[in-house]
Amino acid sequence: MMSDLTKFTLAEARDAVASKKISSLELTRAHIDAIEKARGLNAFVLETPDKALDMAKASDARIASGTAGPLEGLPLGIKDLYATEGVHMQACSHILDGFRPPYESTVTSQLWRDGAVMLGKLNMDEFAMGSSNETSYYGPVASPWLPPGWDETKGRAALKGDKKGLLVPGGSSGGSSSAVAAHLCLAATATDTGGSIRQPAAFTGTVGIKPTYGRCSRWGVAAFASSLDQAGPIARTVRDSAIMLRSMAGYDAKDSTSVNAPVPDYEKAVGASIKGKKIGIPKEYRIDGMPAEIEALWQQGIEWLRAAGAEIVDISLPHTKTALPAYYIVAPAEASSNLARYDGVRYGLRVPGKDISSMYENTRAEGFGREVRRRIMIGTYVLSAGYYDAYYVRAQKIRTLIKRDFELAYQDGIDAILTPATPSAAFGIGEKGSSDPVEMYLNDVFTVTVNMAGLPGLAVPGGLSASGLPLGLQLIGRPFEEETLFSVAEVIEQAAGRISLPQAWW
Amino acid sequence: MTTAAKPSKLIKGATGDWEIVVGMEIHAQITSHSKLFSSASTSFGGDPNSHVTLVDAAMPGMLPVINEECVKQAIRTGLGLKAKINHRSVFDRKNYFYPDLPQGYQISQFKDPIVGEGEVIVDVSASEQIIVGVERLHLEQDAGKSLHDQSPTESFVDLNRSGVALMEIVSRPDIRSAEEARAYVTKLRTILRYLGTCDGNMEEGSLRADVNVSVRRPGEPLGTRCEIKNVNSIRFIGQAVDVEARRQIAIIEDGGKIDQETRLFDPGKGETRSMRSKEEAHDYRYFPDPDLLPLEFDQAYVDELAKGLPELPDDKRARFIAEYGLPPYDAGVLVMERESADYFEAVARGRDAKMAANWVINELFGRLNKEGKTIATSPVSAQQLGTIVDLISAGTISGKLAKDLFEIVWSEGGDPNVIVEERGMKQVTDTGAIEKAVDEIIAANPEKVEQAKAKPTMLGWFVGQVMKQTGGKANPEAVNTLLKQKLGI
Amino acid sequence: MSVDQATVRRIAHLARIAVRDEEVPHLQEELNAILSFVEELSAVDVSGVEPMTSVIPMSLPLRKDEVSGHAGADVVTRNAPGAEDHFFTVPKVVE
Ligand SMILES: [Mg+2]
Ligand SMILES: [Zn+2]
Repeated sequence: MMSDLTKFTLAEARDAVASKKISSLELTRAHIDAIEKARGLNAFVLETPDKALDMAKASDARIASGTAGPLEGLPLGIKDLYATEGVHMQACSHILDGFRPPYESTVTSQLWRDGAVMLGKLNMDEFAMGSSNETSYYGPVASPWLPPGWDETKGRAALKGDKKGLLVPGGSSGGSSSAVAAHLCLAATATDTGGSIRQPAAFTGTVGIKPTYGRCSRWGVAAFASSLDQAGPIARTVRDSAIMLRSMAGYDAKDSTSVNAPVPDYEKAVGASIKGKKIGIPKEYRIDGMPAEIEALWQQGIEWLRAAGAEIVDISLPHTKTALPAYYIVAPAEASSNLARYDGVRYGLRVPGKDISSMYENTRAEGFGREVRRRIMIGTYVLSAGYYDAYYVRAQKIRTLIKRDFELAYQDGIDAILTPATPSAAFGIGEKGSSDPVEMYLNDVFTVTVNMAGLPGLAVPGGLSASGLPLGLQLIGRPFEEETLFSVAEVIEQAAGRISLPQAWW
Repeated sequence: MTTAAKPSKLIKGATGDWEIVVGMEIHAQITSHSKLFSSASTSFGGDPNSHVTLVDAAMPGMLPVINEECVKQAIRTGLGLKAKINHRSVFDRKNYFYPDLPQGYQISQFKDPIVGEGEVIVDVSASEQIIVGVERLHLEQDAGKSLHDQSPTESFVDLNRSGVALMEIVSRPDIRSAEEARAYVTKLRTILRYLGTCDGNMEEGSLRADVNVSVRRPGEPLGTRCEIKNVNSIRFIGQAVDVEARRQIAIIEDGGKIDQETRLFDPGKGETRSMRSKEEAHDYRYFPDPDLLPLEFDQAYVDELAKGLPELPDDKRARFIAEYGLPPYDAGVLVMERESADYFEAVARGRDAKMAANWVINELFGRLNKEGKTIATSPVSAQQLGTIVDLISAGTISGKLAKDLFEIVWSEGGDPNVIVEERGMKQVTDTGAIEKAVDEIIAANPEKVEQAKAKPTMLGWFVGQVMKQTGGKANPEAVNTLLKQKLGI
Repeated sequence: MSVDQATVRRIAHLARIAVRDEEVPHLQEELNAILSFVEELSAVDVSGVEPMTSVIPMSLPLRKDEVSGHAGADVVTRNAPGAEDHFFTVPKVVE
């Protein structure tokens, strides 16, 4: 038996709990301890140890009575964007001050249905707007990966201070990626609107999948950009992410964009042969100024897949370049409307004003952080009279073109597409985007296309950078063919060798 | 509109004639159990915030799911307006901040509504019919309710109505007077009630009108319009059109200019006033709601709904004229409400239809109106009234006694046949008995007999006396004939 | 396209976000940076292309007309910063 119960993968823990080698209570306690010791990382914004222990005891009882679910007794972290009944949910925004939802999101309720245990709520960029987890009302999250050249003492000192210089865990699901990489939970829920699962996974050496749009219910997850948002997991292995997705996915009549299709047993796809699969390599992802090590990583990925019997095909996705700017019209536009409900009337923060209008204005000025306010304003502008056609309608037309690019590739028999997940390894807290917001936006250049086209995308560690930081590869699949992604990702994971995550220094 | 102004519709200003131009946006609450995008009840009233789901309260992460019945009701209504049904329509968000709009946007249909162009045939009077074009009909959510008079410093917000399904029916500016405006809404209400798609209850706000009024000199292009919001009775619609047109004419004749604005009709003061809260220029930033997909259905779906439509007022009216030989006006009155038309047909079937129409329109409607009752609560059933008509036709009772009989049935109920029997109301056709009465009256009134010979209109007096003596039961024809004979006139 | 300071203020008001005078120039700069970033889209040929309305090809699901799920006025108003007698309360609105 493993001495540190937090070092189990989700699959290992599942098997150990199911075969009663360990109890859920022990497993949960180990994670609660780990979380307490890791408060400096700021990955959790709310710990729910009592709830976790209660759930663990209930799990052990179900295991004893032979009625265990597929995630029975497994402790997880939940991104603060998900409604958790009676438990803090603020999307890491001041504007939802004190909000306790009287309802449970569909995705989390499915996790509890399957026996999982909730450890607490995870930090994130405010309303999922950000790529570094620096926009959270609760402050930035630190990655468990030490910056190149830093020793543990320097790291610990920075954790006590303003965290400047420590690495970002990516965003917006930075609490999720940091907690999973630091072994604070077996896996975590996350969400992805432009790359918010895949980029943090790539930055922290974890695995993240954004499923096909419509695969997971959006009900009970605070909306950022409705046509792009999808729930998905971040976990430490491909298999773990497959196990998580099976519980998270599924049709929900409460979400009109939910797709009524059966959920496969994704775990079965892990380890399946990829012989004869056609893997597309899109030339447009070879962007100007791409670091040589990213290029090399990509090439390495190609070699691994070829060695596993896949057929490598050069393809073209000509509208790739337009995806990021089009995303920065569509997403803020939807956000400006989705966030109109935060008005100080029915829940959350209210800042008084001389009349109703100034109450709204004061509440929203104080309640929303800078990035959120900026995106609401851009979104308001591109929808406003006289600009709607030039910006919003045009961006939606471009979305049609982006999707068509992928459709043509898939029509030609491509099974999955391989690209880098991010244009660089993780950067330092406070390093980017302070003067020019666009600098930060460029992080999502490889991931947004997938959201714009509604496709499934998976990030899997491919290796380390020259300075020893994790780098991720991205796989893009056909709609609802997540299984292919798991099979191909497993090949990469096996070939690359499981990345060794940092030992606790925090 | 390029049609020439109708002289009879023009109104006189200080400097000449003016034409009123009116277009209307009617908000009709759809008859359904639950709201457009949530499963909350639509029933009227209820404690504050009791008919509210998490979706209606716009809690974070809540999503809309459309109610199929509301879609069907909109299609039925479109069919009833002989309008184009759009097989693909799109829901848009109309963004603005208001405390009774919890999402910060109203889900409506902007560019692609579910129903396109149609028309309403409107009877303005017994002799005048106009056609009002319908530009579109779209589905949208109602807002909640703000109460402003509960506290000096606060408004109170109740979301019970928030999310209730509305059909917004937009007319073309084809209306030229207050009278036409009233008649249009009346007719539209009739159609909706026939279809069962809106109960038309204006007191409860199930039907509200935004009235767009402008004025112009005959033959000139359209003037600047003002929108009078949420007028909630047909009478007020007429008054609002009149006072607003007068206001605009006075301004223009004074050398002023009309500002396009939103106004409120104050029935107490009989005036319209500018709405402060709506003064600010709006920019609604419409865009397709990403939480909803386009609404699509095929022609078979529409055909199935068309099959289930009832006979509509215009068709029914035409049939009443053709089948029962009713005057168009009477037919129009009878078809105003589907229940009245059904009632009439139950009375008329197999009987003298004109007599049936007379009884329904004059006796029954008159009495119902007086007592504030409706066909549904009428104490006299169609079967009872039919029996009364039968008794008249068979000559069993006189028209006069029939009215008494109607009164008895109204207040006491019962089978008219039995009442007539038990209370001896049968008409006396036995000439012997009548002759006896005639003879007695002639003998008792020699002077009147002389007068009558000189002035035959005196006959009426004798008829009255005979009827009195026979307790109204004498057959009036027999009385007449006998009197004429005996008086020699 | 770029925005001037008056536009920044107009947009902020439309979005109901108070901005202090000293924030305006900075906001203007940021918004213009984003607008110039998206500017390249104007060069894309989109003639004859339908704007996307749903990323997954499916039609709108329809719900049965049934009443359920009233949250209860207590629950509805529980999180409200202002509530009285099960109403939400807000600064007085003048019509
Ligand atoms: Mg309107
Ligand atoms: Zn409307």
